[in-house]
Amino acid sequence: MAVLRARKTNNEVDQPSSPVLRFGSDKPLKLDAGTLLSPFQIAYQTYGTLNDARSNAILVCHALTGDQHVASTNPVTGKPGWWEVLIGPGKIIDTNRFFVICSNVIGGCLGSTGPASTNPATGKPYGLDLPIITIRDMVRAQQMLIDHFGIEKLFCVLGGSMGGMQVLEWASSYPERVFSALPIATGARHSSQNIAFHEVGRQAVMADPDWHGGKYFEHGKRPEKGLAVARMAAHITYLSEAALHRKFGRNLQDREALTFGFDADFQIESYLRHQGMTFVDRFDANSYLYMTRSMDYFDLAADHGGRLADAFAGTKTRFCLVSFTSDWLFPTEESRSIVHALNAAGASVSFVEIETDRGHDAFLLDEPELFAAINGFIGSAARARGLSA
Amino acid sequence: MSVNRDQRVDLEVVANLIPPQSRVLDVGSGDGSLLELLQDTKQVDGRGLELSQRGVNECVARGLSVIQGDADKDLEFYPDKGFDFVVLSQTLQATRNPKLVLDELLRIGNRAIVSFPNFGHWRVRLSLFLNGRMPVTKDLPYSWYDTPNIHFCTIRDFVNLCDELGATVEKATALDAAGQKIGLSMPWWFWNFFGQQAVFLLKR
Repeated sequence: MAVLRARKTNNEVDQPSSPVLRFGSDKPLKLDAGTLLSPFQIAYQTYGTLNDARSNAILVCHALTGDQHVASTNPVTGKPGWWEVLIGPGKIIDTNRFFVICSNVIGGCLGSTGPASTNPATGKPYGLDLPIITIRDMVRAQQMLIDHFGIEKLFCVLGGSMGGMQVLEWASSYPERVFSALPIATGARHSSQNIAFHEVGRQAVMADPDWHGGKYFEHGKRPEKGLAVARMAAHITYLSEAALHRKFGRNLQDREALTFGFDADFQIESYLRHQGMTFVDRFDANSYLYMTRSMDYFDLAADHGGRLADAFAGTKTRFCLVSFTSDWLFPTEESRSIVHALNAAGASVSFVEIETDRGHDAFLLDEPELFAAINGFIGSAARARGLSA
Repeated sequence: MSVNRDQRVDLEVVANLIPPQSRVLDVGSGDGSLLELLQDTKQVDGRGLELSQRGVNECVARGLSVIQGDADKDLEFYPDKGFDFVVLSQTLQATRNPKLVLDELLRIGNRAIVSFPNFGHWRVRLSLFLNGRMPVTKDLPYSWYDTPNIHFCTIRDFVNLCDELGATVEKATALDAAGQKIGLSMPWWFWNFFGQQAVFLLKR
């Protein structure tokens, strides 16, 4: 089954089941690394209908291991879209009203050009020959997709975590194209601690002998063990101590007593192993390296002479930031420093901190207060934009 | 945040001081009543700063542009003259450093509107005089040990502070216990005695 799924992932890489926009040599993607990526492609999904004024478009930016299947069944896992609690017909982000676009980021592994994609120069997967991709590169590519739809100004750009970084980059790089921005559980830079966790994950992948310097496809292998360990470590950072204790405590897994061995005696061990195993079925190891690197490199203030407020100078975009009390990956202080910068820039900004013990992952879950905030923000922005209810 | 909402007769007085389409920052915006009133009747570009997270979340859910923050700490992040009006209604007495806060309001706004309960009101004076205990009234229902109102002042105290900060009083209104405006031509001492609340329009 795992093998079947693995093959399915590969099928989604060059010829995904999603719509794909391909850019030839006449339209290269300019990368922060100083090179051009060409040709390249963006895989995306859309929901709802673009209105005649092209004013009802919402761009959803996905997180580290997310994809374009935000509100429809994922072709690899067969599971519902990753934000279906929020987005769909009659939902908070109502696809009967809004035209929702979500694209796989550059560097990803579900149809947009990434390290698993075939390098046209060699006929083999790029592997580590793909230049490092930054958050700004991802946004630059998304902007080309938005151009393709003839959308001058997005009604809203939203996303959590790495998706939130893209939202901030959008608002900073293309302020005139973003009417409202909703960055959730994110930061304007990756903290030292977060870089540290990512490095642990990358080292786990690279330490797996099946990684083969990134050329594992050529050896008919995949560094599954390394990637699973990376995912296990990362998954802990998405939760909170309180939530882990609430869910698992010190409960034993299918046994009455400790085995005095290294089996998964505890439920939490079994849970993490399961998370690691299911992850490798759907995600490419090299892509994980690229995604984590893009977040590590993100520092919006540094791109603007060290002053974050200058990243938003003169902005007309309406902002709403959301953080969660138990999120220790992107703690509230990260959002608050963005809010202060936006205040200094004279921007229109709302900011809610939501009380929950569910940690960083809370943004993906059914959190009524989160939904109420999004609903209020989107509703008032829609009135300001002149969109009918 | 510090007085009963249904007692907020000052809101309308504040709203009447603000012309349509102004840029307004409401410091201590509470449940968003004033911002909503201003948005609905004056089409202002309104923002709020509120200490209580619950208040903020409710405001945002109602479509208001509000952030969680502390008047004592977070005003420094706003640029000079970023707003036409900065409103501080029924909050000054609950700040840690009212002088600094007022100074910040005058820096951030072209004009500042400040409303506060008058501790010089005759009821307060009488209560302290007769009972010899910290006054607890209908509008100021807290005991001394649990009150958020740590810096009460009288109307005359406030006028002195305005002088000290170089602020000009462009308009002042005192409201009696029934929420009625006290006649304009009355001297400060009269207002200070009969005004239960005061609303000041300031400029510097």
